[in-house]
Amino acid sequence: MATKEMRAERDPALTDETMVINLGPQHPSTHGVLRVRLTLDGERVVKAEPVIGYLHTGFEKTAETLTYQQCNTITDRLDYLAPMTNNLAFVLAVERMMDIEVPKRAQYVRVLFSELTRVASHLVWLGTHVMDLGAMSLFFYCMREREVILDLIEAAAGVRMNPSYFRVGGLAYDLPEGFHEKVRDFLKDFPRWMTTYRNLVDGNPLINERLVGISLLDRQTCYQYGVTGPNMRATGLALDLRKDEPYCYYDEFEFAVPTRTQCDAYARFWVRVEEIYESMKIIDQVLGKISPQGEYATTDRKVSLPPRDEIYGNMEALIHQFKLVTAGFPVPQGEVYQAVEGPRGEMGFYLVSDGGPKPYRWRARTPSYYNLQTMPIIAKDGLVADVITAIGSIDIMLGDVDK
Amino acid sequence: MILLQTIFLIIKIVLLIGILMGGFAYATLLERRLLGFFQLRLGPNRVGPGGLLQPIADGLKMALKEDLMPNGADPFVYRLAPVVALFAALSVDAVIPFGAPVHLFGLTVYLDIANPSIGLLIAFAFSSLGVYGLVLGGWASQNKYSLLGGIRASAQIISYELAMGLAVLGVIMTTGTANLYDIVVYQHHHGWLWLPQIGAFLIYFVTGIAETNRTPFDLPEAESELVAGYHTEYSGMRFASYYIAEYVNMITVSGLAVTLFFGGWLGPWLPPIIWFFIKIGIFLFIFIWIRATLPRFRYDKLMNFGWKFLLPAALIYFLATALFVSGVL
Repeated sequence: MATKEMRAERDPALTDETMVINLGPQHPSTHGVLRVRLTLDGERVVKAEPVIGYLHTGFEKTAETLTYQQCNTITDRLDYLAPMTNNLAFVLAVERMMDIEVPKRAQYVRVLFSELTRVASHLVWLGTHVMDLGAMSLFFYCMREREVILDLIEAAAGVRMNPSYFRVGGLAYDLPEGFHEKVRDFLKDFPRWMTTYRNLVDGNPLINERLVGISLLDRQTCYQYGVTGPNMRATGLALDLRKDEPYCYYDEFEFAVPTRTQCDAYARFWVRVEEIYESMKIIDQVLGKISPQGEYATTDRKVSLPPRDEIYGNMEALIHQFKLVTAGFPVPQGEVYQAVEGPRGEMGFYLVSDGGPKPYRWRARTPSYYNLQTMPIIAKDGLVADVITAIGSIDIMLGDVDK
Repeated sequence: MILLQTIFLIIKIVLLIGILMGGFAYATLLERRLLGFFQLRLGPNRVGPGGLLQPIADGLKMALKEDLMPNGADPFVYRLAPVVALFAALSVDAVIPFGAPVHLFGLTVYLDIANPSIGLLIAFAFSSLGVYGLVLGGWASQNKYSLLGGIRASAQIISYELAMGLAVLGVIMTTGTANLYDIVVYQHHHGWLWLPQIGAFLIYFVTGIAETNRTPFDLPEAESELVAGYHTEYSGMRFASYYIAEYVNMITVSGLAVTLFFGGWLGPWLPPIIWFFIKIGIFLFIFIWIRATLPRFRYDKLMNFGWKFLLPAALIYFLATALFVSGVL
């Protein structure tokens, strides 16, 4: 017999005036299996607590039983909308521990795919965010454009969603023939479509009403909670690892870091939309720098698989292949933290090696996890509709949160 | 003579219900195909030629679904609510004339079920009743999402009915009658009313969307916020009743708009009934077009919009019409 007094004791916010409602874990717009425990006064949110873990898969523990090359496939599944940047953070971390020289062309291709997935990820965000606000059609348009990017990824990696295209030492395969033209075609068509999308949302009073001044997330809170990425940039701070700690020769490319100062959902919206355009610029510049075919991985056979034709004709290559596939490669003792700028913020890996072929500790610093922690702050005092806006505008990805 | 009239009346009622149900069925198909078209999809096109039999398949599916009721629900109200919604939606159409009078067996048959002198007021009274279906259903379901949906429905209807009523008062003043048949006849002699009553028409149309709970005013349903709002817990034919009520409401609001502002059945060459349905079809298309394009209002913004913009606008337009009709201007 749970009496009223007992309840009030447990939770002071829970009185006769309020009601608790579970938004999720199965709800149309919680982007997977997020559960938000809302305490409502009428429609006004008194308290919002995110409850996570419904998608927990134990990636970090699993990774300790896998070789470094196998770990790569796990990183794909963290933030499955932006697998390439996850791959990139992981392989860069391992490469730093092993001090491997990666061919410049391979690094450029990594930049190319990182930016392509950033565009793809932001497109999914744009579609779902606007759909959460109630406008259905944009979602389908965004998915169409994302499909083109997925086709590009498939052409190179053979897989659409979980490519594991970046490997320690370079790339899994070289770019396919005619890849440059395909990307150029995409670059040519895409701005036209983006204009259409902007026309649907830009200056639309209904969209503005739902976003302006909603779910405020100021810079101080961002610092406290470790929020990064577009959410931080919407507070006016140009925090971008591509500029601050350039990796993969990002300093050779010209691009701006879009920022806004309003700290609200509207600011975050436009930061992401402008980022899509900046990514397009980078992709365009990469295409000018790389040859259609060429070096794609290091020739150091201790980490990189030898090509097929070598294996059948060369004893040494056969041994290398056998060792790499069965045992993996040892990584020198030590620890490293390497982060890259993912679509949702700082995507980092902290690896500890005991000198063996499997990581001793494999820790993923996934941006969505940190961004989601601000939910109680940004959803407080809003309406139920604003909670939905908040979930959409901090752009969480549950695979990324629950790991 | 009275026998003949009764027979005609029964035939008309059966026909009207049939037309409305058929209209509902094919409005859903139209909506799904059009949304598919807007959203780069195909929509349902497998059942029958071009998906024409899809509504029948849907209806069968609905009829065969299990009728569930949550444990804590109020059984009587829970069962009553969809009936109220459907009844209110269907009964409004009784006063809408959907064609010019025809002469049969020496009788003049008006193509509406009832032709009261206060037809417009009756239409509004019944359409206001519809919200009880939503509120009661939301309350009786014993589901918090439903409850929020029900609250939203009542708040919304209060915010909009006033502006809607004031908007059509302009038409009543101009034509000098609240009889829908006479309003159409007036438009036959003096031209369609949408141009002189453009403000009233726009306000009526906006509030009409709110009345039918369609995007951007689909707050009681608000799929991305409240799962399915007031009908979250309903299944089977009870859910279908709500569904039918929504579409019949769309047809009704369109029918009233056509009658009040676009000359009802009037039009050249084609038979009057065809004209009436063509005009309704155009309105349905606009409803669907809006749904494919616009996002949803927020609860409080919607009430602000209703009270602070639509109501004053309707009042001002109402006063201007009054001055104009009375000859002061």
